[in-house]
Amino acid sequence: MTKNLRVKTSKFIDETYKISFKFNGITYYGYKGDTLASALLSNDIHLVGRSFKYHRPRGIMTAGSEEPNAIVQLHNNTPRTEPNVRATEIEIYEGLEASSQNCWPSVNFDIGGINNFLSPVLPAGFYYKTFMWPASFWEKYEYFIRKSAGLGKSPTEPDPDIYEHKYIHCDILIIGAGISGIIAAKTAAKNGYKTLLVDEKPYLGGSTIYQNSEHFKINNQISSSWLEKEINEIKKIENLEIKTRTSVAAYHGYNFLLARENMTDHMPLEQRNDKIRHRLLKIRAKKVITATGSLERPLIFNNNDRPGILLSSAIEKYANFYGVACGEKNILFTNNDSAYETAISLYKKGINIEAIIDNREDIDSKLIKETEKNNIKVYKGYTVVDTSGYKRINKVSIMQLSKDGQKAIGPKISISCDCLGISGGWTPAVHLFTQSGGKLKFRDEDQVFIPNIYPSDQISIGSCNGDFTLDEILSTVPKTLKEFLNLKKTDYEDLEIKSSFNKSKRNIWLLPSDKVIGKTKPFVDYQNDATAKDIKLALREGFRSIEHVKRYTTTGMGTDQGKLGNMHALGIISETAGSKMSELGTTTFRPPYTPLTFGTIVGRNVGEYFDIIRKTPIHEWHVANKAEFENVGQWKRAWYYPKNGENMHDAVQRESKAARDSAGILDASTLGKIDIQGTDASEFLNRVYTNAWSKLAIGKCRYGLMLNEDGMVYDDGVTTRLDENHYIMTTTTGGAATVLGKLEDYLQTEWPELDVYLTSVTDHYATVSVCGPNSKKIISQVIPDLDFSDENFPHMSFKNAKIDKIKCRVMRISFTGEHSYEINIQANYGKSVWEKCMEAGKEFNITPYGTETMHLLRAEKGFIIVGQDTDATMTPIDLQMDWIVSKKKYDFIGKRSLYRSDTIREDRKQLVGLLTENPEEVLEEGAQIVADIKKSPVEMLGHVTSSYYSPNLKKSIALGVVRGGKKMMGQKLIIPMENKQINVTVADPVFLDKENKRLNA
Amino acid sequence: MFIINCPYCGEREQSEFKAGGEAHIIRPKQPTELSDDEWAEYLFMRKNVKGIQFERWVHTHGCRKWFNIVRDTSNDAIEAVYKMGEKPPTK
Ligand SMILES: [Zn+2]
Repeated sequence: MTKNLRVKTSKFIDETYKISFKFNGITYYGYKGDTLASALLSNDIHLVGRSFKYHRPRGIMTAGSEEPNAIVQLHNNTPRTEPNVRATEIEIYEGLEASSQNCWPSVNFDIGGINNFLSPVLPAGFYYKTFMWPASFWEKYEYFIRKSAGLGKSPTEPDPDIYEHKYIHCDILIIGAGISGIIAAKTAAKNGYKTLLVDEKPYLGGSTIYQNSEHFKINNQISSSWLEKEINEIKKIENLEIKTRTSVAAYHGYNFLLARENMTDHMPLEQRNDKIRHRLLKIRAKKVITATGSLERPLIFNNNDRPGILLSSAIEKYANFYGVACGEKNILFTNNDSAYETAISLYKKGINIEAIIDNREDIDSKLIKETEKNNIKVYKGYTVVDTSGYKRINKVSIMQLSKDGQKAIGPKISISCDCLGISGGWTPAVHLFTQSGGKLKFRDEDQVFIPNIYPSDQISIGSCNGDFTLDEILSTVPKTLKEFLNLKKTDYEDLEIKSSFNKSKRNIWLLPSDKVIGKTKPFVDYQNDATAKDIKLALREGFRSIEHVKRYTTTGMGTDQGKLGNMHALGIISETAGSKMSELGTTTFRPPYTPLTFGTIVGRNVGEYFDIIRKTPIHEWHVANKAEFENVGQWKRAWYYPKNGENMHDAVQRESKAARDSAGILDASTLGKIDIQGTDASEFLNRVYTNAWSKLAIGKCRYGLMLNEDGMVYDDGVTTRLDENHYIMTTTTGGAATVLGKLEDYLQTEWPELDVYLTSVTDHYATVSVCGPNSKKIISQVIPDLDFSDENFPHMSFKNAKIDKIKCRVMRISFTGEHSYEINIQANYGKSVWEKCMEAGKEFNITPYGTETMHLLRAEKGFIIVGQDTDATMTPIDLQMDWIVSKKKYDFIGKRSLYRSDTIREDRKQLVGLLTENPEEVLEEGAQIVADIKKSPVEMLGHVTSSYYSPNLKKSIALGVVRGGKKMMGQKLIIPMENKQINVTVADPVFLDKENKRLNA
Repeated sequence: MFIINCPYCGEREQSEFKAGGEAHIIRPKQPTELSDDEWAEYLFMRKNVKGIQFERWVHTHGCRKWFNIVRDTSNDAIEAVYKMGEKPPTK
């Protein structure tokens, strides 16, 4: 039977609203307002998981987003499953099912726990060292590591939830709705600023809102009552938007921030359907006020990680806010006054405190006095040297601290307990500030980093700025706001403050034990199991930079990014290496502050909305005729048209044969089209293509190759001279946008004197390409008025024409090597022209073919595809296309690079044809090409770039790039495959109709 | 994410623009006269400074115009924006 540790009612918990949930398969109850953590604690459950490396039992440690241990998997084995959810953040709802992570087979019996006993052989850098060892070692470890490591399981089914993105523009964004944030929000909004206030919690008021101490008063009211009135007031202000459950994930430059607004995670599952789960807010704020508060520091001592050890402030919150006692025999261990606030809160709630251990010796304050008055024993000048209890702490051992704080001295005293609260003072939450590019400074007196230099129009206020106490906050925040917002006065000038906090603190980064450091386990990073010993080892092994130590020990590399222990890691490095904290600096805090789900990041861009889909004007016809599609950039292109259950190979063979035997038809509308006009258009083309353009007659077409300035092939296509100062350029489908961009770049920046205008007309025209020996007969039926004789309309020329009164451009150009025509017509007539061609071609068995057949046909002719047969390392010379490089032109883009010492090397990879010894054997594209397989290491000469079975040649053909290939004609090479080797002969890349007879057939 | 003041359109989000590398590297008028080293200097060598850098940007999803900016690479502050062909500001 589990105990009920709910103590006295809390106004934040609705005890009339009971909620059942499951944890590790067992049903428990909590109330509306509970987090999973508070509900588990009320059922006396501390043990919630296992640590990452040693699989030590771990319990709930905090009450917020900084939680390192209590991370759970929700709704295991369902589409909604989610790993790494912090039990301290998730609000319980009816039907919640959570399970422990990192434990196998169960949290109570965990096989990986054996690592705990193996820990002497699992020191810092264990994983790195494992990776370095011979591969055979890794294979042995892999199963063990994979099975027992890993943080949670990712879902295997599509996410059923809806996510969205939203842009927000505001004058002032305030992050954090604690007392400072509330004051800032009211001040900003009342002065007319459009203000947005966000907080990651479901409620407003931060930690002040559950403060119930007589020691902290504003205008003679308990601070929480005063703040509650302020909150009620700001809720009425119109130009103030308040978003709770909204966590700022990233703070970028120019005050651009990303926040996740959690809309449904607190609702019962059945209420979530059709609702947006998370909203990613993209916030652009003129000014940002960061009021993110501070995180309590743990203390680093031997065995400081047992379930039942929590931050003192967390114990206070569980008692005050949730009405839950974390234990029945509580001990607090502190180096400052904060733990006494907890003690007084617990006492008021009737929760038993066994003792307080304070490492300070000569101390006194109002809080301590009141604690002692309540008969709570305070051990002054003591430290905890050890704890015991495997799945729950049951005892602490304490000893006196030496004057210098380096040794534990005197007799050891044992005190039994079931809960230990620890407080090492406070660390300002400067994560977002540093993400924005802010620079910190170190404040020696209480050993904290605080904001120093702001990179944008922003300010940090309250405890994230190092002002921790109520009187400090209420005296500095209004002043800072007045200056930041240019105000004459605020509502907070003459407050009467009572704040009894004594700021003295005895900061010892690593508390001593009676045992030597090698025999102790003082955890610095709970989630990644990094101990002080690991950090010291890293330093001994020569690591100095904090960033290196972090990676080597994995300190701060968990999902919590070490929110609790990073300062101690720095402190220990500083002490061990003898360097100043201010000089060490901090590690970089990276976004997101708390993890985001992929759904939130992706938003609505899922499924068919993942990317823009571009369809040609003829697309519907392809769909109706059962085409398979392939993605080319954002375009959907018809890939092949299977008939009667054909597979891809059979369909492509049939289409390829038909195109050469009679007629084929291709939708080429996706090719990029750029309209070029201006008196310098010819000169411009001369400069951007490798070949000469000035003498191209009006009405003629020419193939052009475009290089980058480094001489490498960039794009190709046919350009047609429509008129004296008017050209239409085609580019590759994928290159359209970048080619236009590059041409604009040269026009605007290098040659502004040229009179040239570029317009993208890709989407304006549909392009129907008909090829094959019967293409002329077909096209002349579609356009009966045009003279198709070779004299009037030769290869590489163009005619203006009309189809049913609609103007079109007809080019006689060919990418297949066949006699062929391309009709370019206003896009909305594309489908009708296509259908006319199909109708006219019926008697010739006109065959629609897709991109795969197009690729095969051009490969038979040895035509390259930029991006397939080339990468960014091929010059035209490498492609054996010397013929297209003008020797006469003084300059063109990339010319000078063609005779750099590197580009004239004869052993560059060059494009060649490849024929297999067995003509039936088709090579794999990407396969490596070698000459000598016996010599080790085998020298790689190149790879196969295009490979097909040619139905027209009745053999396998391939293109490839081979080092020095030009001079290897006829030479035998080897393609080594996994279980065989294929012999090939280097051949001319033009396999079919070298004399180009078919163009005029 | 920067806000860039396009000299033709005004302030726009960075996502509308594309960066085009270091500014004021002029393409040699007579590349054929250059040695390999001189050509390589133009082709490959860029400063990549920490601090004030002159850069080319283009308003891709806007007016499609190229222009220059002066940016402090250490904090991304844009100190000046000016059109192509204009003299870089001096401080
Ligand atoms: Zn613009």
